[in-house]
Amino acid sequence: MESPHAINGHDPMDSLLTAAKKLADHGGIRDEIVSGIYGVSADICRDAVIYQDKKKLGSTYKLDNIVTSRIWGFPIMLAGLGLVFWITIAGANYPSSWIASFFSWIEGYLTSGFAAVHAPAWLHGVLVLGLYRGTSWVISVMLPPMMIFFPVFALLENFGYLPRVAFNMDRLFKKSGGHGKQALTMSMGFGCNAAAILSTRIIESPRERMLAILTNNFVPCNGRWPTLILLSSMFMVGAATTGALRTFSTALVLMGIVLVGIVVTLSVSWVMSKTALRGVPTHYTLELPPYRRPQIWKTIVRSSKEKSLNVLTRAIIVAAPAGIITWILGNVFVGGESVLNHMAAWFDPFAQLLGMDGFIIMAFILGLPANEIVLPILLMGYMSSGAMVDIEGLGSIKDIFLSHGWTWLTALNMMLFSLLHYPCGTTLVNIYKETKSMKWAVLSAVIPLAIAIGVTFTVASAARLFGWV
Amino acid sequence: MSRYTVAFAGNPNTGKSTLFNLLTGMRQHTGNWAGKTVVTAEGQFTHKDHTYLAVDLPGTYSLYSNSADEEAARDYIIFEQPDVTLVVLDATSLERNLNLALQVLEITGRAVVCINLIDEARRLGIDINLKRIAKRLGVPVTAISARGRIGIDELLDQIERVATGEFRAEPLKITYNDEIEQGIAELIPMVEQTVGARYPARWIALRLLDGDHSLLASLKAHMGRKDIHVSEEVASHGITACH
Repeated sequence: MESPHAINGHDPMDSLLTAAKKLADHGGIRDEIVSGIYGVSADICRDAVIYQDKKKLGSTYKLDNIVTSRIWGFPIMLAGLGLVFWITIAGANYPSSWIASFFSWIEGYLTSGFAAVHAPAWLHGVLVLGLYRGTSWVISVMLPPMMIFFPVFALLENFGYLPRVAFNMDRLFKKSGGHGKQALTMSMGFGCNAAAILSTRIIESPRERMLAILTNNFVPCNGRWPTLILLSSMFMVGAATTGALRTFSTALVLMGIVLVGIVVTLSVSWVMSKTALRGVPTHYTLELPPYRRPQIWKTIVRSSKEKSLNVLTRAIIVAAPAGIITWILGNVFVGGESVLNHMAAWFDPFAQLLGMDGFIIMAFILGLPANEIVLPILLMGYMSSGAMVDIEGLGSIKDIFLSHGWTWLTALNMMLFSLLHYPCGTTLVNIYKETKSMKWAVLSAVIPLAIAIGVTFTVASAARLFGWV
Repeated sequence: MSRYTVAFAGNPNTGKSTLFNLLTGMRQHTGNWAGKTVVTAEGQFTHKDHTYLAVDLPGTYSLYSNSADEEAARDYIIFEQPDVTLVVLDATSLERNLNLALQVLEITGRAVVCINLIDEARRLGIDINLKRIAKRLGVPVTAISARGRIGIDELLDQIERVATGEFRAEPLKITYNDEIEQGIAELIPMVEQTVGARYPARWIALRLLDGDHSLLASLKAHMGRKDIHVSEEVASHGITACH
């Protein structure tokens, strides 16, 4: 054995490691250490723990045998997802229109109030038609679905179902070169991509963590759910269907969108792991925690308070100024056209190629800070561009879209674009902070954007080619 | 009035965050799956005459450097040297959970072991003899239910005893096989000479035998050496080393 004095000039730490390596040169020492520790644990438990009824302990495994089985795992997962969507859509429909009519009722009084004090038209425009309308839309469109979706999702989460989802998805991720835990970070992305980026820390290998970061955007987050839910319930279902069937088909469409996102996640993982992030998936242990009965009221109250209100506040904080800006842009005229129309017209040719229009692209660009405001900005853009419609419930929102030439293709492509396009500003900042690399932060915006453009272009071209629109 | 630091360690999904929230009144989100505590949270609570700074470490299965989370938890216990490390265990899968407790005890004796979800365990017909476990581990062991608010006062009393030094622990020492023990014995003098008495020499020796480079990098960084950048090199290719 060398003594530390004999290796002057070297870092003593490094020589420590060298010495240690010499002592443990045959490998397999980790196994010995672990079995040493496990042996003691097992011994203590033999000594101090008595199981009265082993069968009781097994009940959770029985459930797992079903929900993670090769045959039933995926159908149960899809059915669960569909059920959550169905509850959300069915439950949110009426409250949304109630809230919308309530706000437009208030708006009437506001307008007469402004008229009574002889306020200038521009002031009424900025404050009522811009600020007030913008925020009240955000609230009436987003609040009801969120108040249902988040608590239901949180209940599933606290029950312990998400690790089972990860377990089912594991095989798929392994095949695409990613890490099974990517399924967990992906599930977290359903809530918030920005938070999910932080959660990728649970993935050990840098390569697989990067895959998880790059693909997290492809699951729709809080901010995008309302857009997806609204558009699919308005456009994607035939006009003839009503009631339960309508809700059911809307849920199916949403599920389809989520599946598209998952397919893209897997494909991008696969391509990246064959090119820029080459490597073999590492092994890991995934714990399937025991199912626990969620504390129902606490979960509902907490998720409403933390998620729904947070998202809504964030949306309002960004949407309020955006409402003002959009109104101003729509009412400042240059050469007979509003600035907004000029901008939208500039994007329009490109947007048409993707089956959308210039206003939609502009809404996505202005919506970079927060996905929550894309739809409100779009509505405000349409409203200030001349087609003044009184908003009373979701039906008239649809009329606004229709009067701007929307078809099912426009709605579908906007949904696809929303699903696939770059993550929000907060998420990008987090990616930069976590990876400390401008290159990957930029790539995590550019790759999704390219895919979003590619997919919407393909869909639009195909639909036009076959004469579906 | 003195203030003590209490680090909350535990496997993922043991109700560690629930306990943390209960004591500190903070509202961290708690879900039933691994890995949701992604950022270390801090809070404060008071018991009798003392104030405690509570630090919620990421949930980990071990303190070997398998991930950024495990390194973060390990580094906190070694380098910040909290007055008490509270190890939260899941009563319904005690055997697996004990492994982490044993690893913590290899680093520090200033620990309290807290067996959570005891109500759930009782429901499942699991009898746990706390006294026997405490005797084996050599540190205070209490059973609680953070959700049902059972046994919290007793737990706080035990934390106080360890924090104030009223309780002096002689934690269980794991004896490994002869080869490892021999390696440890040879390394300990060198470790003590290099890193000083401040850090647990036996544990560091064991980790070195296991070829734990990241521990070495952390040691270097924390001992204020000029080659601090080593930890950043390890963390290149876009990975955050959470310190």
